[in-house]
Amino acid sequence: MVGSSTQRLAVQAGDNRLVVESVSKRFGGVVAVQDVSLEVPRGAIVSIIGPNGAGKTSLLNMISGFYKPDTGRVIFDGRDITQKKPSDIAALGIARTFQNIALFSGLTVLDNLMLGRHVRMKAGVLASVVYWGMAQKEDIAHRAACEEIIDFLKLQDLRKQPTASLAYGLRKRVELGRALAVEPSLLLLDEPMGGMNQDEKEDMARYILDVNQERGVTVVLIEHDMGVVMDISDLVVVLDRGRCIAAGTPEEVQRDPAVIQAYLGTAISGEGA
Amino acid sequence: MSEDLEFAFALLLSGASIGLMYSLIALGFVLVYKATDAINFAQGEFVMLAGMIVVTVLGAEAPLIAAIVVVLLVMIGFGFGLEKVVLRPLLGRPVVAVIMATIGVAAVLRGLSPLVLGIETRALPLPIGDEPIAIGPASLPPIQVLGAVVAILFFIVFSWFFKKSRMGIAMRAVADNQQVAQAMGINVERYFAIAWAMAGIVSALGGVVWGAMLGVDVQLALVGLKVFPVVILGGLDSIGGALVGGLIIGIVESLAAGYLDPYVGGGTKDFAPYVLMILVLMIRPYGIFGRRQIERV
Repeated sequence: MVGSSTQRLAVQAGDNRLVVESVSKRFGGVVAVQDVSLEVPRGAIVSIIGPNGAGKTSLLNMISGFYKPDTGRVIFDGRDITQKKPSDIAALGIARTFQNIALFSGLTVLDNLMLGRHVRMKAGVLASVVYWGMAQKEDIAHRAACEEIIDFLKLQDLRKQPTASLAYGLRKRVELGRALAVEPSLLLLDEPMGGMNQDEKEDMARYILDVNQERGVTVVLIEHDMGVVMDISDLVVVLDRGRCIAAGTPEEVQRDPAVIQAYLGTAISGEGA
Repeated sequence: MSEDLEFAFALLLSGASIGLMYSLIALGFVLVYKATDAINFAQGEFVMLAGMIVVTVLGAEAPLIAAIVVVLLVMIGFGFGLEKVVLRPLLGRPVVAVIMATIGVAAVLRGLSPLVLGIETRALPLPIGDEPIAIGPASLPPIQVLGAVVAILFFIVFSWFFKKSRMGIAMRAVADNQQVAQAMGINVERYFAIAWAMAGIVSALGGVVWGAMLGVDVQLALVGLKVFPVVILGGLDSIGGALVGGLIIGIVESLAAGYLDPYVGGGTKDFAPYVLMILVLMIRPYGIFGRRQIERV
């Protein structure tokens, strides 16, 4: 992290899953992200918060390779991934979900998850067309991996359902499952609880904590619900108009005058929301 | 069966078999549009090229099976190569750029073929004879039966491919949302290339059956014009739509030729499909099976 949190997390110094080094991105005359740096320790849950248009999703898009930053670098597990293609970045172990649910709507829950396995499939193009032998054996292993995720997320009854027919909260959960199928070491979640009711939010928060603790996946998430953010995050980064205005533990960030200023008196407290 | 009914049946049968042969070519167009959003104005020229390759190989005293293998391999390579050389550099450009590129490819193919092969129409003989095959009270030339069978086989193979095979499902994912497919680690460009190669395969077989029916020369590319009413009717991105659209266009043509031509002196066959296309555009612009695009503003 930047600022004071660097000392607090001295234990993990040099053991960062992800380092973003002063990236900037402008679209025409609009600066979406300006000189933002970020350190995500291995095993942490880091939340990015900020008002609408603060550049949160743009930052996520630069990490997952959809945008190439104008300046700065993105380092994942010590490797510079700034110029890599999104599909290669996924193969390295960064999976993500999207702000507006982006499931393949014509496909079943299971097929969506199997697509998450795509990048882990070794059998070649010809083998997969013919679908015999090696591809067949591999498919069984991938199917087992998907079933494990289905159990984990309690989606057993929905395997064969087309995703378009599912309720909103379930679709969000399937999208999380598809990202998990990639076997990521870093998971990027863009508003995983956006548009959910309180029960659904609590379920999702629990799944995120389980993913983090049981599966050891490092998580970076964008979220507007301050109650959830303060509850589950190890670190919080605040963006405002493309700049990073504060970063630290949830307690530190809540006390930060710049943050209170940016939110213009919006209550930022663990108890609220 | 009365004579009138027999006449109607014969028209329907002939229309359906020609329609299936249109569907086969339309399938090449749909595969490319579905996966890459590119509108391929050179689909007819692909078929012409394939026909020319076949007659060239046959001209060298090679057996038919060798000609078919060669045309399949060359057209697959052509699909891959075209994607790599012409279309990949246009990724992210407006759709019009891609359309113009395919129109350019079409013009080049049409222009080069007489230079290389001369202008005379060449026969593409298939060892199936020309004794009409009786089907019920009517009969069909063997080439139309073969064309229809090839088309049906292709539709069976492709529907299996898109429903069951790993690659086919990944291709649907690419068609559905390129960005998300990339986030899943799917190499989108590779699937674009595969889609063009598949269009090459379809065109190769289309070239064989259409070339055998019409003879091979530059005019063979004109069958590509029929692709547009077919895919507008069925839906640009629907494989089942290509099948149904082809059948409808083939039957409409045949009925127009059978029932309208005697009164007006001929020629209705050639524009009836377009009248239907315009009607569909007014009523259901995304086609019978096409995906209705919902714009969120």
